Amino acid sequence: MRIRLLLPLVAVVALVGLLFLGLGLNSRELPSPLIGKPAPSFELESLEDGNRTLTEQDFIGEVALVNVWASWCTTCRAEKPLLMELARGDIPIYAFNYRDDRETALRYLSVSGNPYQTIAYDPTGDVGMDWGVYATPETYLLDTQGVIRYKRIGQLTRQILLDEVLPLAERLKAEQKR
Amino acid sequence: MRPVTLLPRKAAGWLAALTAWLLPAGLALAIAIGEPVAFETEAQQRQYQTLIRELRCTVCQSETIHESNAALAADMRRRVYEMTRDGQQAGAIVDFMVQRYGDYVRYRPPLQANTAVLWASPFLLLLIGAGVWWQIIRGRKRMTQRPSFTDQERLALDRLRRGE
Repeated sequence: MRIRLLLPLVAVVALVGLLFLGLGLNSRELPSPLIGKPAPSFELESLEDGNRTLTEQDFIGEVALVNVWASWCTTCRAEKPLLMELARGDIPIYAFNYRDDRETALRYLSVSGNPYQTIAYDPTGDVGMDWGVYATPETYLLDTQGVIRYKRIGQLTRQILLDEVLPLAERLKAEQKR
Repeated sequence: MRPVTLLPRKAAGWLAALTAWLLPAGLALAIAIGEPVAFETEAQQRQYQTLIRELRCTVCQSETIHESNAALAADMRRRVYEMTRDGQQAGAIVDFMVQRYGDYVRYRPPLQANTAVLWASPFLLLLIGAGVWWQIIRGRKRMTQRPSFTDQERLALDRLRRGE
């Protein structure tokens, strides 16, 4: 009889525990199905030079970051100083300019600096869709073979760079040397 | 008899001209913002309408791409439209989206290892409910089956009634 009385209490505690766990989860961070897959192919104009065609091969070769940004994206703006700092390091940063206007994007870069080695211009977001982009800024880490090894949705922070991205980049570089 | 017109002839002419200009402009705009206007077959129309209600907008996560105003949802609708128009099957289009955005993009999750609990939970709840119901029924039955009073109790009751 005692146990039967305790049963509802146990059930409620279990439910509250489950809900509490749910609170800690971030539903915006979806696991990307592209991790471990080769970088999706594309063919786009260069942002700076409309006559130059870029493909995924322009992003592949070294351990590299690929950042998806737009001039209308305020979070990208907030992320920019960190990328500028990172650009002084030895990891090349490539980029997709996503659903943007070429002139506005170039003006934005000329004002706030350009941390990117190469920028592919994707005004329609078609290539963005192939890369599974849904919330700018997004950042991918490619290994030397052009396989996506990591993806960050949303702003990169110093903490995330130091804790996750840079150690992984170092590991990938070491893998390549072997 | 002259036909009855609601507008002076000149105004009617203007209106016709305006409509002639606005209609294609409106259609062009509808296409430009990625909203499909027509399909060749009824089946394609149906497939499109079903799919946009089954795919989740990954930005505004509690909306389908049919409901959402997000730019990404518009892109996804446009892609579903184009693929449907090109004769792709519904399954291929859903796979296309899942490959890019993951299983989360499906409002109707597939039955697989990591969704087993999700699929089983309604049935589990039903089982638990059935168990509780069974307990209650059994309890009631026991109550009705219980012999009302023992001889001793009856005697005691009689005594009480008589006020002894």
